[in-house]
Amino acid sequence: MSINAVVKDAGSDFVGTAKAFRIWNLLALQDIRQRYRRSVLGPFWITLSTLVSIVALAVVYTKIFKTPIDQYLPYLTVGFIAWSFISALVMESCSVFIGAEGIIKQINIPFGVHVMRMIWRNLITLAHHSVVVILVLIYSGIVPTWGLLYLPYSLIVVTLAGVFTGYLLGAICTRFRDIGPIVTSLMQVVFYITPVIWYSGLLKENQWLLVINPFFHFIEILRAPILGNAVEHHSYKICLAITLALGVISMMFMYRFKKRIAYWL
Amino acid sequence: MSKIRAEAVCIDFPIYNSSGRSMKNAVLRATTGGRIARDSANHTYIRSLDMLRFEIEAGERVGLIGHNGSGKTTLLRALSGVYAPTSGTLDVAGRVASLLDISLGMDPDATGYENILMRGIVMGMGPKKMLAKIDEIAEFTDLGEYLNMPLRSYSSGMQMRLAFAVSTCIEAEILLMDEWISVGDADFQDKAADRLNNLIKTTPILVIATHSPELVRKVCTRKIQLEHGRIIQDERLS
Repeated sequence: MSINAVVKDAGSDFVGTAKAFRIWNLLALQDIRQRYRRSVLGPFWITLSTLVSIVALAVVYTKIFKTPIDQYLPYLTVGFIAWSFISALVMESCSVFIGAEGIIKQINIPFGVHVMRMIWRNLITLAHHSVVVILVLIYSGIVPTWGLLYLPYSLIVVTLAGVFTGYLLGAICTRFRDIGPIVTSLMQVVFYITPVIWYSGLLKENQWLLVINPFFHFIEILRAPILGNAVEHHSYKICLAITLALGVISMMFMYRFKKRIAYWL
Repeated sequence: MSKIRAEAVCIDFPIYNSSGRSMKNAVLRATTGGRIARDSANHTYIRSLDMLRFEIEAGERVGLIGHNGSGKTTLLRALSGVYAPTSGTLDVAGRVASLLDISLGMDPDATGYENILMRGIVMGMGPKKMLAKIDEIAEFTDLGEYLNMPLRSYSSGMQMRLAFAVSTCIEAEILLMDEWISVGDADFQDKAADRLNNLIKTTPILVIATHSPELVRKVCTRKIQLEHGRIIQDERLS
């Protein structure tokens, strides 16, 4: 396995995927439409159901933590939506190829098309969620700072990590069918040990529990710029390192096994 | 120049049961070495295509015949690039269109017109190209006002008409078919046969899997008979 061959192989998949943007755009839109077909609000159910959960959580947890709501609500909202995005990327990565069996066995298109279908679907969902974020920021009177300029950069890093996870988990889960359920239950655990509904400061001297949690860093680089907090530079560094590692591993894995995926289905 | 060349092509399907697919066994194999490793070497494989060797030139229309399970569909899938040969080389030069499942990419909740565009995109044709063809496709289906209705309001025959009309508007150099596609009522079947014949005439290479000797005689210039994944007869028909 030479580096040249791996990079060339991955490059041709990326280029083919970019050229086929119409296919994944169409399939992603179809996925979303199918979920909300014939409902009056359509995809805005995504917005509404998130709003309801956040308000309910905020009412109860401000009482538990005895913290003012105009500080807690934006923290919870941004964290919760960042978490939904990240956890959906991870969990839906497991079925990118299994779910596209019909297409994969029929036509020869770059595997990235199926990955991008999942990514694009979740970016569209995120866009619907962003309405909630804007509403909450206005309600809580939070004025964006220059830190907001970090947000596009953070989004790119998270999305890119999602793309590589899609290739890697997608292929592994096609071969080993137990990995999907394992990932789903792990993500549930991660939700409770990651500061989404509780403040990270509550861990006090045990901050190392956060440092070793990669999901904390990915949420932090999305949350901090929006709330106007300073972004921890080591969070960026860790996210970049993880993304890079995922990129290298997924490219090598796809180079070695992509011809086998159709056989595994 | 479109051409297909197969050199010692084999396709083996690994058979995974629940134990082969589970991580547990893969982990145990790694830790316990000997006994289970022997077991893992005994993985069951099915040799679906066995040392195929052939060349198909432009202008040939090949009929694949053979019993169920003789490897016809697998060969079509290999030609379309879905299955990479386990060993051997398979060179396919030319744009391949496969009509294995003509209703791929159709959405029951979209209208007939939307489905025409969507199916076209999944087949790799840009919206501009599809818009140029949409009137011709619409006319061919004879579905009239129905094209503005969601697909789920169609009868299954009407859905097939639409799928057929869109699938057969592709321009390719190599056409792969699993059985002759026959849709609709008596009148429509004649129309459909004409359209399919036209498509075949304008496509340099056709490979069709079929059980009908009559079809092979009528359409094909060459007959390849498969049995247990091997070619047992390859003859040119005049």
